[in-house]
This record gives sequence, structure tokens and C-alpha cells, in this order.
Amino acid sequence: MSSARDNILQRLRANQVDLEQPDQSTPPLEVLSAEQRIARFTECQKAVHGEVHTLPAHQWIDWLAEELPKRGLHQVLTGTGETGNQLVAKNIESTIFHQYDQPIESWKPELFSQIDVAITGSRCGIAETGTLVLIPDRDEPRLMSLVPPVHIALLDGTKLYQSFAEVIEKEQWADGLPTNVLLISGPSKTADIEQTLAYGIHGPKQLITLLLK
Amino acid sequence: MNKPERVYFFGTCLIDLLYPKAGLAGMALIKRQGVKVIYPANQSCCGQPAFNSGYRQEALAVARAQLNCFPKDYPIVVPSGSCAGMVKHHWPELFAGQPDESQAIAAAERTYELTEFLVDVLELQLKDLGQPTKIAIHTSCSARREMGVADRIDSLIAQLSNVQVVEQAHKTECCGFGGTFSIKQPDISGAMVEAKCDALLASGAESVISQDCGCLMNIGGALEHQQRDLPTRHVAEFLLQRTTGEDE
Amino acid sequence: MNQYQAFYQRIDKALHNDQLRRNFRSAMDGIRERRLAQFPDDQELQALRYQTKGIRNKSLSRQAELLERLETKLTENGIQVHWAETPLQANALIHEILEAEEATSVVKGKSMVSEETDLNHYLEQRGIEVIESDLGEYILQMAQEPPSHIIVPAIHKNRFEVAELFQKFHPEQPYTNDVDELTGCARQVLRKKFAYADAGISGVNFAVAETGTLCLVENEGNGRLSTTAPRIHIAITGIEKVVEKLSDVPPLLEILTKSATGQPITTYFNMISRPRQPGEKDGPEQVHLVLLDNGRSRIRNDEELVDTLRCIRCGSCMNHCPVYVHVGGHAYGTTYPGPIGILLEPQRLGIDKVGSLTSACTLCGACGEVCPVRIPLPKLINRLRADAVDAKPGENGVPGTGALRSRSEAVIWKLWQSIYASPRLYRSFKFLATRLRRIKPPLSNGWTRYRPIPTPASRSLSELARQEGYDDE
Repeated sequence: MSSARDNILQRLRANQVDLEQPDQSTPPLEVLSAEQRIARFTECQKAVHGEVHTLPAHQWIDWLAEELPKRGLHQVLTGTGETGNQLVAKNIESTIFHQYDQPIESWKPELFSQIDVAITGSRCGIAETGTLVLIPDRDEPRLMSLVPPVHIALLDGTKLYQSFAEVIEKEQWADGLPTNVLLISGPSKTADIEQTLAYGIHGPKQLITLLLK
Repeated sequence: MNKPERVYFFGTCLIDLLYPKAGLAGMALIKRQGVKVIYPANQSCCGQPAFNSGYRQEALAVARAQLNCFPKDYPIVVPSGSCAGMVKHHWPELFAGQPDESQAIAAAERTYELTEFLVDVLELQLKDLGQPTKIAIHTSCSARREMGVADRIDSLIAQLSNVQVVEQAHKTECCGFGGTFSIKQPDISGAMVEAKCDALLASGAESVISQDCGCLMNIGGALEHQQRDLPTRHVAEFLLQRTTGEDE
Repeated sequence: MNQYQAFYQRIDKALHNDQLRRNFRSAMDGIRERRLAQFPDDQELQALRYQTKGIRNKSLSRQAELLERLETKLTENGIQVHWAETPLQANALIHEILEAEEATSVVKGKSMVSEETDLNHYLEQRGIEVIESDLGEYILQMAQEPPSHIIVPAIHKNRFEVAELFQKFHPEQPYTNDVDELTGCARQVLRKKFAYADAGISGVNFAVAETGTLCLVENEGNGRLSTTAPRIHIAITGIEKVVEKLSDVPPLLEILTKSATGQPITTYFNMISRPRQPGEKDGPEQVHLVLLDNGRSRIRNDEELVDTLRCIRCGSCMNHCPVYVHVGGHAYGTTYPGPIGILLEPQRLGIDKVGSLTSACTLCGACGEVCPVRIPLPKLINRLRADAVDAKPGENGVPGTGALRSRSEAVIWKLWQSIYASPRLYRSFKFLATRLRRIKPPLSNGWTRYRPIPTPASRSLSELARQEGYDDE
């Protein structure tokens, strides 16, 4: 073990402190109904420039078939899971599907310059902050929701939690976390120049949530 | 707390030497409510200038000299947010571990800033006898944040029917006095007080009042230096004048 | 030049730059307003502040244990943990990792700890290309300036100044001073860097011991890119950033984003617990965490000053500081500006080096009022002032204790004491001052540059009170 480690830990132990830990209770949140959660999620996303479309669950693929060509999103990146496979099987006019089926090293330049939109699922959502929770995996890797200029995410409306704390508790995250967990609340943005908001600085310029009922 | 029979008045060194009228006005406002006001002759300073400059031994010596001035358990009324804050919040820190610590804590506990005392204890009712006027209120940082009594001056002024309060931009921002800060960082202090003066002048106020003479010395002095005509006054003087109908 | 003279020069420069002062004024006004809008209910805010103070205090009280748990958990997860006592050690560790992997280009997410260690220069001197990818940091890298704010680092620049920098460094891009177009331009330029960089370096907002997770808070996505696209990710953070449980994170995250930028949450909250796993198609193959001490374990020596370590680096204290808003971050001359800088930097670097910072504070309390974890900043800054002029420095105090004590100042305060602690002398002093009130002392200090010397009244309050019949005991 490194001596830096031992020295630091030794100093920390030598300088024991016992600091005041005030009562940690905060007033409980007002409980929102399922409908209110959807409304809250939508409102929060809109406030940060996100787009939300509430659809019956079976209609998401038709929505995409109509909207992708209309919006000029031709080069479409999908995952290799259920959602991706369904999409790729669907014949959408003037749309070329790319499935993320190779490690990034073999096609990094294409990902960074050629893809118009990526379509992913999501693990759940958080109503209070209008947040999508993504747990990228082998089928839907991490860069999908980040590199293309548009990100479309499907969200199961029944998996809309009220708060981040509730997600951690109900999804039992304390037992262990996978490689990467993401909370996404809107498109990429910056206010680094004159505090003026500008979207799409590094990640997607547009975030579209298809909220499935 | 119920209305006491007697109070101590801790005039503060700045008022003692530079703004005695503000002190007399504060005492008159209390006396008018049937409370006997005692002005201990040996008082000087709460110790704040040295305390805020890092010279704690010197601050302690001066603060200790005040303890003897307020021997009985009467409330101590201070016509200044920052000096009241020094006694109430920093004397316990300054006297920690000293033989007279408990005396200092006891003094801190019965210390009131003047407007706080007028509103909370005396429940002062005011009748405005003055001509219509527009004023701006500059609440000192100590009164606002350390003492948490910013609303007391507002509620007193709100009782005055002929007084319109206008709000200056960046109202809650420090005027740049900060005691020895104004000597150690004169140019920052100068920039801050210039901005404060600009905001007060732009507010359309005909005069400025405050509960702290430190701020008034800074703001009033800067206005005088810039040869701009905007009178500044301690709130006690203003209240007394409005309610006796006397001209300035 | 002593530290005061250098400080005054930087202040003078800032105060004479009207553009800079306008930039700060409008930026700080905007941030203050947005923060306030996030806390409509003061009671809820105060409850949250108590809660987060408690979480941070718990972390600090059990820091050694939590760091060891963090190390164990991260190691189990496949993340390599390194410890550094000094900035130089941290830089050398990072360089070694890069060298071993033959990495020659690095993209960086925003990290104040790497500013502390001056990592960019260290790596550049050793032939490694380092690109800052946060837009603000990238602008500053072009301008060769340090951040002037810990959250919005290029806040002192307006869009015309930014446009000039882009024109100078990227003449291939068409000139624009439109913020959207400048942002688009940065996207183009930086994408190429992300596509080819060997390694990404980032900071950490919270390191969770329970699950071995590194949490990063950001809006741009450059932090995610830096930690996902390259094959190596190196995170660097201060040892105080460890928290015990995952459930500690939501309140800290909430109060951090609301306090820092007035957002209910940032665009991205990125939780990293492992390097790329078998079968996964992206993410770094190696993840490293460098834990830097750099004086932090020493700060715990002092039962008052230990509160400094609660800081979650939201920048709210500087946003609300009336001094910062007039002079901006560069005037402080240290990595961390504003109230937290005044408090932290003398403890980290020594009062003998930067103790003069403590003079740049009116003790107005605005910082303490907004601090999300209730650090009593004014009280502690005032405490450092006492340390700075301590006549008998002890051994375990803040480095450089007593270094700013000057004989002349000490004599003045002794004289003040002897007058104000003696009723007899004080009475004589007042008698002279009131009777000779028109005679002004020949002072030429800074006060008189902006205001006249005040004139004593013709009679002191104590005299007038007696005349008016008030009892004196």
C-alpha cells in the first residue's frame, strides 16, 4: 500500500472530529397521483426545452415512422435489444438504421459525425424534476444518449417515480450499481457565455420523450 | 417579554462621539413609553472594531470594561445592528473560557437592537405628524442577517401615513463600510459605496434612513464627498421627528 | 512585493475594468434571482440546509472509515484507487497512468481540484495534449487564463471577447458573436477531440462509499463524453468528497444544483461504478480515482475550521458576495475565489502567502446566509483574521499564523484598548475630540479618497444624556 494512503488515513484518524449531525428529517413530499406525475414530468421537461409526447404504448413505432422522415432524421441509431430489433424490422421511408452492435472503437468517427438520432428505452422516470433514468447496457450503450444530435427515449408511464430518493429506494440501488447510471433532464446545454442558454453544446440538441401509457 | 420598568441604553462609540442626536432620539422614544432609561456613564465600545480586525485580546479588554456598566438584569438597548450583534452573538464567543463568561452571556441574552426593542417589547404605536415624504431604508447587514430584525424598521415606518418608502436597487447588498474593511480595502469599499449611493439616488428618495450609524457615516460621507444632496439620518431621529411634528 | 501590494494591484486592475464589472454585476444578479426562484418556501430550504449539513458532517466525522470503504468498494468494482498527499504527487500519478498506456491526448471535464494541482501545465510540459472541454474552460484555455468562478469559469468574458478568441484560434470557422453560433462552433471543434482522445480526466461531485460510485453533475455533456468516449478515465477529487450512502446523494444533489445555478436538477447526473464490462460496447476500459489530500486532513485539526470541509463547491457564496461582484474572481489570485476562497486558501496555502485575502470581506453575512451546508463563513473568515495577527502562534495552527502581525498596527490597537477600556481616559479623549472638533487629523488613508473625515459632535452623547437628566446607573 502506498505511503500517501497510510499518511492520509493516519492523519484523518489522528484528527478525529465528531461534528453535529442535526435531525435529518425534511417535510414529506405531497404525494402525486399517476396522472399528476405525468403532468409534472411533462411540465418539467418542457421547462428545460425537452419535448414530451404521451402516446398509447403500442403507437410508439408508428409515431416514429411518421415523425423521423418528417423531421429529416434519416440516419437512425438503435440498440440491439427488443426496441432496436422491432425498429429495424420496420420499414420506414428514407430511414437508414444503424444498430449499435460493434464496440465503439470500430466506428467512432461515424458515430460522431453521421448519426442524426438515437432511440433508446429508459429504466424509469422522475416526476419531480422531469428526469429520465437510463441504465446503459450491452444492448443500449452509453454513448447512444449522448453523441447524436437528437435523442428519443421511450418511457413507460407506469414507471414514473416521484423523486430521485424514491428511485434509489424502490429500485434497491444501494445493493449495487451497474457500470453507469444516468439521470437525464433535458437536452445538453450551456450558459457559459454571458449566462445565455444555448442547447446542444456537446450532447443532443433535442431530447424527445415518448411517454407510453 | 413584558414592558420593563428600566432599560440600559448602550449608545455605542460611534454615536457617542459623532451622532449623539441619534442616541438621544432613541432614548426619548423609549422614555416616551414610560420606561426609565439609564445611560451608564462609563460605557465606551462593544469591542467590535478590534474583534473584526483580529485583535481579540484588545477587543476582550474593552468589552469587559462594558460588562461593569450593565450590572443589573435590565434589558440593554443598542441603537445599532452591528453593535447589538457584537454583544448578542460575539461576546459569548469572545468571553468563552473567561471567568466572566457567564456575565457576558447574560448580557448577550438581554441585548436588543433599538427597532427590535421598540417593536417587540414596547409594541410602539406611531402617529405621523410630518409632511408627505419619500424615503429609502438602508438596513445594515448586521441588522438584517446577524440580528434578523430587518422587518422591524420596515414595520415602524409602515405606521407613518405620510411616508412613502421607495426601494433602491440591490437593497440587501452591503454598503461597503465593514469597519476596518473600509481602511484595509479602501478601493473596494469606495466602489461599493459609490454603487450604493447611485442606487439610492436613482430610487427617487428624498432622504435615507438606517438603524446603523456605521452605514450612515459611509453612505452619508460618500454622498457629501460626491456633493450630492441626499440627507441621511438614523431611524430614531426620523421617528422622533415625524411623531413630534418638529422640523428638522 | 508583499502579498498586500500584489493583492491591491489585482484589485486596482479589476476595479478599473468597467466591462468586467458590468459582466459580473449582470451575471451575479441573474444567478441570484434564479437561485431564489428555486427556494420559494424558506422553511423547506432551511430544513434541507440542516439535512445536508448533517450529511456532510457525518461524512467528515467518519472520513477515514468511509474512504477505506470507498476504496474497497471501488476496487471490487474494478476502479483503481490512488492516493496523493500533494498536488505534485497527484499530477505525477496521473502522468504515470497516461504514460503506461501511451496516452498522448487528453480531454478534460471541469475539475477545480485539477486547477488546484495545475494539472494541465504539468501534463503539457511532458508532451501530452490537454483539451478542456467544458465550454467556459475551453474559452479560458484559449485565453490562457484561470477560471474566475468555480461554476461559471468564463463569466468575466462577454460574447464579443469570446468571438475574438474563436476567430483567433479557429480561423476556419466563420466569425460570429451570436451565442448559439459560438456554441455550435465549439461543438464542432471539440467533437473532433472527443473522437480521438486517449484519455478523459474529470472531477467528482460525490464519491459514494456504499456502492463505490463516482457522481458527476453537469449540463453540457462534456463530462459524460470525457468519462465515456476515451479508453481511459481518470477522476481526481479531494478526500472530503466521500459520502456514506447512496441515499445521502439526492438531498446534496438538489441543494447543489439549486444553489449553484438555480436549476432543480442539472441536465446530466452521471453515476459511474465500473469500467467497461465484458460485452459492453463503450465506456473506458480503465477507470482510476485519484484522491487528493493537499492540506485537507490538516484542516481537520481545528474544531472550528473543520467546517470549511463541508463545502460542496456550489459557488453560491461568491454569487452573493458584494466584494466578489465588484472585483471578480481573478482579483483574489487563488484557485478558489470569493468567500470560500478567503476561507480555504489561507488554510491550504498559508497565511504568510495569501492571508491578505481575509481583508477582502465586510463580514456582511450574505455568504453564510446562502451556503447550502451552513458553513459559518463570516465567523470563520473573522477567525482567520485573528490567526493572521496572532502574537503567539501555536504549533498546530493554520500555516503562517501570525505572519500578518505588524508592530504599528498592534500598537494602534493597544492604544485603542487603553483608551476604550479606561473610562477616565475615554472621557478625556472625548472631551478633546468634541472641543477640538474642527481640527482634522492629517490622515491620508483610503477612507478620505471617497469620504470626508467625520467631524465629532460638539458634545458627546454621554454629556448630553446627563444634561437631559438621564440617570447614569
